[in-house]
Amino acid sequence: MATRLPSVDAVLVGFGWTGAIMAQELTDAGLNVLAIERGDWRDTPTDFSPAYAQDELRYYWRHELFQRLNHETLTIRNKASETALPMRQLGSFLLGSGVGGAGVHWNGQVWRFLPSDFKARSHNLQRYGKAAVPDDMTIQDYPVTYDDLEPHYDKFEYLCGISGKAGNLKGVIQPGGDPFEGPRQREYPNPPLDMPYAPTLFGKAAAGLGRHPFPHPAANSSRPYTNPLGVQLGPCTYCGFCEKYACGNYSKACAQTTILPVLMRKKNFTLKTNSEVIRVNLSPDGKTATGVTYLDETGQEFEQPAELVVLSAYILHNVRLLLISGIGKPYDPATGQGVVGRNYAYQITSSVNVFFDDKILNPFVGAGALGVMLNDFNGDNFDHTGLGFIGGGYVGLMQTGARPIETHSTPTGTPAWGAEWKKAIARDYLKTTSIATHGAVMSHRGNYLDLDPTYKDVLGRPLLRMTFDFTDNEHRMSDYLTDRAAEIAKAMGGREIKANYRKGSWDVVPYQTTHNTGGAIMGDDPKTSFTNKYLQSWDVPNLFVLGATAFPQNAGYNPTGTVAALAYHAAEAIKSQYLKAPHQPLVQA
Amino acid sequence: MRHRARLLGLAVASAGLLAVAPRALDAQQMPPPPGPTPAPANADAQVALGHHLAVLGDCEGCHNRPGGQPFAGGLPLPTPFGKIFSANITQDRETGIGAWSADDFWNAMHNGVRANGSKLYPAFPYVYFTHITRGESDAIYAYLKTIPPVSYRPPANQLPFPLNIRVMVTFWNLLYFRPDKAPTTGPTPGQHIVQGLGHCGGCHTPKTFLGGDKAGHELEGGKLDNWFAPALNADVRRGLGAWSSADVAEYLKTGRNERANASASMADVVHFSTSQMEDADRAAIADYLRGHPSHAAVPAPPAPDAKVMAMGEAIYVDQCATCHAVDGKAVPAFFPPLPGAAVTQSTDPTTVIRFILSGTQTVATDARPTPLSMPSFGWKLSDAQVAAVATYVRNSWGNSAPVVSASEVGKLRGKVGKPVQKPSATI
Repeated sequence: MATRLPSVDAVLVGFGWTGAIMAQELTDAGLNVLAIERGDWRDTPTDFSPAYAQDELRYYWRHELFQRLNHETLTIRNKASETALPMRQLGSFLLGSGVGGAGVHWNGQVWRFLPSDFKARSHNLQRYGKAAVPDDMTIQDYPVTYDDLEPHYDKFEYLCGISGKAGNLKGVIQPGGDPFEGPRQREYPNPPLDMPYAPTLFGKAAAGLGRHPFPHPAANSSRPYTNPLGVQLGPCTYCGFCEKYACGNYSKACAQTTILPVLMRKKNFTLKTNSEVIRVNLSPDGKTATGVTYLDETGQEFEQPAELVVLSAYILHNVRLLLISGIGKPYDPATGQGVVGRNYAYQITSSVNVFFDDKILNPFVGAGALGVMLNDFNGDNFDHTGLGFIGGGYVGLMQTGARPIETHSTPTGTPAWGAEWKKAIARDYLKTTSIATHGAVMSHRGNYLDLDPTYKDVLGRPLLRMTFDFTDNEHRMSDYLTDRAAEIAKAMGGREIKANYRKGSWDVVPYQTTHNTGGAIMGDDPKTSFTNKYLQSWDVPNLFVLGATAFPQNAGYNPTGTVAALAYHAAEAIKSQYLKAPHQPLVQA
Repeated sequence: MRHRARLLGLAVASAGLLAVAPRALDAQQMPPPPGPTPAPANADAQVALGHHLAVLGDCEGCHNRPGGQPFAGGLPLPTPFGKIFSANITQDRETGIGAWSADDFWNAMHNGVRANGSKLYPAFPYVYFTHITRGESDAIYAYLKTIPPVSYRPPANQLPFPLNIRVMVTFWNLLYFRPDKAPTTGPTPGQHIVQGLGHCGGCHTPKTFLGGDKAGHELEGGKLDNWFAPALNADVRRGLGAWSSADVAEYLKTGRNERANASASMADVVHFSTSQMEDADRAAIADYLRGHPSHAAVPAPPAPDAKVMAMGEAIYVDQCATCHAVDGKAVPAFFPPLPGAAVTQSTDPTTVIRFILSGTQTVATDARPTPLSMPSFGWKLSDAQVAAVATYVRNSWGNSAPVVSASEVGKLRGKVGKPVQKPSATI
């Protein structure tokens, strides 16, 4: 029997980036806010010590910061005709757990989507005609524009202290920045990170081929920074342990280094950790969320009433909680009807290694978003006529740190083990670098999320089932990006290159990217979207669902900037409109 | 003979009893610790003054335990001979001071005597509080009257016989306590705070081997509970001689400035007291401390061994430069700089060794909300390595201080316990 607790103004489910952003905004508006996080409390001074944060075995190979799959995982299949099986080891994506969420172990790559990315359907139809968007490609326009989100992108970039160089200030292209980006109102708060040798070589080679290289916008602070909340970040030391690790130097923006020091001091904010929300409760008519039910770490059940319910967990958890709670119509790929689980998307990556004989690159010097990038082949920045695909991605050389256990690129023809392998590693470790491509995945009728009919989590609830594969559009696009990367790789003048194309069906085993999107997308039509443009549920107006859950399809950029901008956009609407007339839809269907 | 031995034992014990609230904030700084208690709404002038004075006196720093109610006491104050628990000073008549009169309260503050006539242990800093005026005492009393009663009886003090007999304090008082016969609020506001309610000397004044303040050495730095609290005087290396008054005031308000971060027991003082003071109080304290002369003539220490310095530098670059930077300049007002730092150069190296062994946490304040920590290196550095790197930072970038020996490190390690790396979660 659940213990019923006193009601709160707002309850947040999950406490990573979006939970922290929403909590900060709603407490500023005077609301009494409770956040419920199923993982542990973690803070920089206590848990992320620079005396051992760079323990590769402990954090990456033994997954200390990641979700425990023996508690909950998901089942995976490539297509509906297969039987999905549980993912028993993390691979293709690395789910987070605990305060700060996956934002603790991210790289800090902060991008804005292109203005045309928000018009993915109408823009491509208009430019390339109906044939460019096949019937089973279920892409949609966002219900918001780049201009709607610009102030919110800006707010997040200044919260994090992004290090970068603007390429487009109020419509004026800036030398040294990304000329393809949408117009921004002001320069980044911090200058770019210092660039190591390999990205510098890449930039020169790319510029020689007429491309437009620029330094990656980084949530790795290039200098000491105090953000608008008064929270301080330290300068990045280029230790090379961002992705898959927590930062011990207060240099990588995460909830802990940007928001929590202020938020946790507020009297109208409460955080409950080690507590797992098991469902969102609805009124008998199904039109109001009455709160949530959660289990604390002892397994005791509590009912937490709330006026406003916000799902701010990772996208896969948000979607699963909606399905388990019976909110919204589940998506059916056979009919194309239903919205929860619809338009799941991912990203497609590839790489090209460059091996030098005469250049010491010191690849262990690194930071999560340290690199030279180009967006010449992202989104619709190039003419797709005759290419057989839409969408694109960035190409870049990022030096994230050549961690010793993980990093062993070898040239084509090298055996996978033994004396020759060791010899190649010893010869090439300091003289090898890698160009990455990072491509969009369009949504597709057969790619979706639902509840698994067979497998359950430790609490007996059905696991989420992921049905996903790359389509021809993604393979053609990724091959095209890989070819462009290989051209630059050759121009860098190394001994040899090795292009690693993404071949065949999506495979859950090798790490690719933790950029899962969709499943409860935003839109203008309740028949094809779960939320309106303020991330407010069409069916349950006092329920908001944050995160990349809202993306109608994925873009060729890392999602966090847009995830945060959408959260700020939603928070502003809640503060300025919703609270004046609670429980009412902000957009009429 | 027997009598002398007993008297000596009492005096040595009292050196520990004088320890003033030596506790660090919990290692986990977020969520932040509770408090400080704000001024009551619509308070009359006397109550408002009383709250102001209670902040100056850091009452809540001691009369508050983790998880407890403000002013309900129960905080263990460690002494070499056992624990003394702070009293409940809420208005509960049974377990607090609800039955005390204003005269009773004055007698405690001024004379170190409880309402029932028994002696207070000098862990309660009446040797400093004796300098407050009767009007100030009455104001604090009026403020405490507004604190809701909390029924809570702190644990019994864990002192061995005969120290558990309060009358023994009479002898200690004869040696070290001089009640102020005519307390005034002068001669300067800063001196009145520092020597009185602020009881800064509780930590920062060296003690005689019998445990009283060393006469004529006020605020020259004191050792307490395995910490060394640096000098608060005009000494340029070991004190505040290089600080401006604005530096001192900023440190007291925000817990950090371009020269130092407040941690260990000073973190508590900033949290409950100095960050809550009025700007005028902080300025007055700063002016007094900056002008406080340094009497100790410190001879230049012999130059450290070049091999030890080389070893120390290698460890420093590997372990310390991440935050403090290769040139020691770190990130002022975030990671504290080492050149010129008083904690680094104090003749007594206890604190710098302990920082390296156990780590420490910088206090978070409204003005500087980011909680910071220096991690412990005790689990990965040997005594000789800690000694070398301590010697290196004490003698680099213009710093100068006596070398640190491995045996000093070993002794302190035994006293502060062996810090461990955060255990890895099981999968």
